[in-house]
Amino acid sequence: MGAYSKETNHMKKLLLGTALGLPLALTFTSVAMAEVGVSPTVWGVRIDKLEYRMGDEENSFAWGFEAWTGNDELRLVWKSEGAKIEGGDFEEMDNQIRLQKPITDFFDGFIGIAASTPDGAPERYYGAFGVTGLAPQWFEVEAALYVSEYPYLGAEVEYEGLLTNRLILTPSIEASLPLADDPEREIVAGGGSVELGLRLSYDLIGRSVSPYIGVNYERAFGGTADILRDHGDELDELTGVVGINFMF
Amino acid sequence: MKHMNLLRPLAVVLGLALGLPAQAGTYDITVDKVRIDTGTFKKNGIGYNGSQTPTILHFQEGEDVVIRVKNNLRESTSIHWHGLILPFQQDGVPGISFNGIKPGETFTYRFPIEQAGTYWFHSHSGFQEPDGAYGAIVISPKGGEAVPTDRDHVVQFTDKHPHSGSRIFRNLKASADYYNRAQRTAQDLIEDAGAEGLKAALQDRKMWGAMRMMPTDIEDVQGFTPLINGASTQQNWTGIFKPGEKVRLRLINSSATTYFDVRVPGLKMTVVQADGNDVKPVVVNELRIAVAETYDVIVQPREAKAYSIIGESAGRTAMVRGTLAPSAGMVGPYYKMRPQPLLTMADMGGMMSGMDHSGMDMGGMDMSAGMPVVPSEGAPGAAFYVPGSGLIPTAANGGKFLGYEDLAARKPLYRDRPATREIEIRLTGNMERYIWSIDGVKYEDADPIRLKYGERVRFKFVNETMMAHPMHLHGMWTIIDTGKGAHDPVKHTVSVAPGTTLYTETEVDAPGQWAFHCHLSYHMAGGMFRKVIVEGGPS
Repeated sequence: MGAYSKETNHMKKLLLGTALGLPLALTFTSVAMAEVGVSPTVWGVRIDKLEYRMGDEENSFAWGFEAWTGNDELRLVWKSEGAKIEGGDFEEMDNQIRLQKPITDFFDGFIGIAASTPDGAPERYYGAFGVTGLAPQWFEVEAALYVSEYPYLGAEVEYEGLLTNRLILTPSIEASLPLADDPEREIVAGGGSVELGLRLSYDLIGRSVSPYIGVNYERAFGGTADILRDHGDELDELTGVVGINFMF
Repeated sequence: MKHMNLLRPLAVVLGLALGLPAQAGTYDITVDKVRIDTGTFKKNGIGYNGSQTPTILHFQEGEDVVIRVKNNLRESTSIHWHGLILPFQQDGVPGISFNGIKPGETFTYRFPIEQAGTYWFHSHSGFQEPDGAYGAIVISPKGGEAVPTDRDHVVQFTDKHPHSGSRIFRNLKASADYYNRAQRTAQDLIEDAGAEGLKAALQDRKMWGAMRMMPTDIEDVQGFTPLINGASTQQNWTGIFKPGEKVRLRLINSSATTYFDVRVPGLKMTVVQADGNDVKPVVVNELRIAVAETYDVIVQPREAKAYSIIGESAGRTAMVRGTLAPSAGMVGPYYKMRPQPLLTMADMGGMMSGMDHSGMDMGGMDMSAGMPVVPSEGAPGAAFYVPGSGLIPTAANGGKFLGYEDLAARKPLYRDRPATREIEIRLTGNMERYIWSIDGVKYEDADPIRLKYGERVRFKFVNETMMAHPMHLHGMWTIIDTGKGAHDPVKHTVSVAPGTTLYTETEVDAPGQWAFHCHLSYHMAGGMFRKVIVEGGPS
């Protein structure tokens, strides 16, 4: 019953995010595309992770998506990432609402609010300041500072390797580096974590539906890793993944 | 409608002077939601008079036309008469010429037909044109065609996509390479490494990667089914001829974004008209028709067999075959598409001058920028491309490929005189963000271009992007400087190749306000658009 109420609690949080996002989205879309030559407001949803992870000890579901609306000058983005242990807790639940604005030809700067609300850990809220865009040689890059009592740096790099025009191998790195201790979450300043992924996808229907298989590897470092070791927990976790990307 | 009061008597007087009564034809067009079937897919779209087969309007030079356009859509619409010289209130651009045609409303266009030739018409609202709202206009000249023929067929191309125009635009904004399915892959890398060595192949990747540009970026939108007169290859539009007859093909490119290379294998094409204006006949094997252009060509099939009209997209991602045959039901042969071209660093040249790429490693390449076009120099058909461009077309049979340098006005439309001033038009954009602009400013943020009635303006087009842009000025002619003086060709649409500088001149002889834009639908919507205001002149 406890797990159930937690889930409904999380549903509420998700709904809250949507409730926050939608009115903002509507203020953009009301501009509509009436006049000739005036670029219409557009939107998009990219679910680049919706997968089942198979580990040694447990299996889980994980997701990652970005929904956005806006125009060339400003975009409103809802970014969500999380993982739920099969038959268990949400071990990860991160949502961000942010405003993104071009700062160079290839990069946007963003500010926003981020919420980390997994089960079994105190909730954390941050102010997010970062950049996201396309680096030379086609690396998709994002780096941000998350500001709160428990600040941390987050970074993501992804590369789409075209084996063919539809069969795509995507290596990815996601890292976070805590800048302060967060004892309640058993996180130590400088004790970062890294997530490596390698996913092979096939564009089945346009770019809208692309099933994939792959591997995901997570590891903790530094003081955070020490705590895990003290508890007798694994420092790292390797999972095989199957999933589908959606874009619409 | 002040203009009409002035112009109608004028047309009548002209008609009387030539001993012809001024006709007044009334034409009805309905704008309808239609189900479009390409044989490969079906989709909802828009059609004139309830059909996916484009409507052809036949006018007479000197006629006063009354065109009643009934909007049966649930959204506003408009019709722009592409290439027609008319009072600006009749030009059909919402927000510039008029307020558009509301759902359920019938709008009546009235204007005199003061020219002859092949033109077309299309909606200027939203993405209705890519969704199917286009048709053809054929105007018979007063004194008969300069080059008489026995048959006359409209051959109107489009690039029908399964996605709606608004969805395509949205997807391009989400990811500029959304529709590029001809990107270079690991397999290409291995092949290139085999052909030119791994180091050279990697160096090449590194150079493009440093710019975050793709050499395959020739067509923004792939995955379409090209149509001729509303029919796909398998639906096989067929034009009838009797062996030995001279057949005039009125080629029109009504595509949203696709240039077509057009040929009739086994026959030479004599180009007699470009954008509605007669040119000195030039015999070619193949020609490239940019979006919104028209070319009239004459072919003379002598054998009683099926000939093919082939339209191959310039990026070689799609092809359509129509048939010319002595009887219906015959099918012209299908040909294999030629290999896909790649852009070169030369095509990127203009971009390097326009954008700030400081601190970028260009791999030691010489980025000579904004190379001006020298008419009638270099390879045949190549004068209006940057030297070394990957886009220079060649004829499938190795023969003559038409270039702008081959076009010469049959009769000059205007007295040749020096331009009164020059206006630079830089074609600019950000491919990755899919933002398109003029002089780095999008339409919504730009001031109108102001011209003075009676002046002759020289436009200097500088293409600082890596795509070709078919630029279209409404209401007034665009004379391309090909170095022929009074005989420079007179057009309504001019394609400016990547990295090139091209000059046109316009006699500012039409008062009012006009649209001026890139005719690639998604570039226009993205902001490569200007309002042109002609100040002074008769009101």
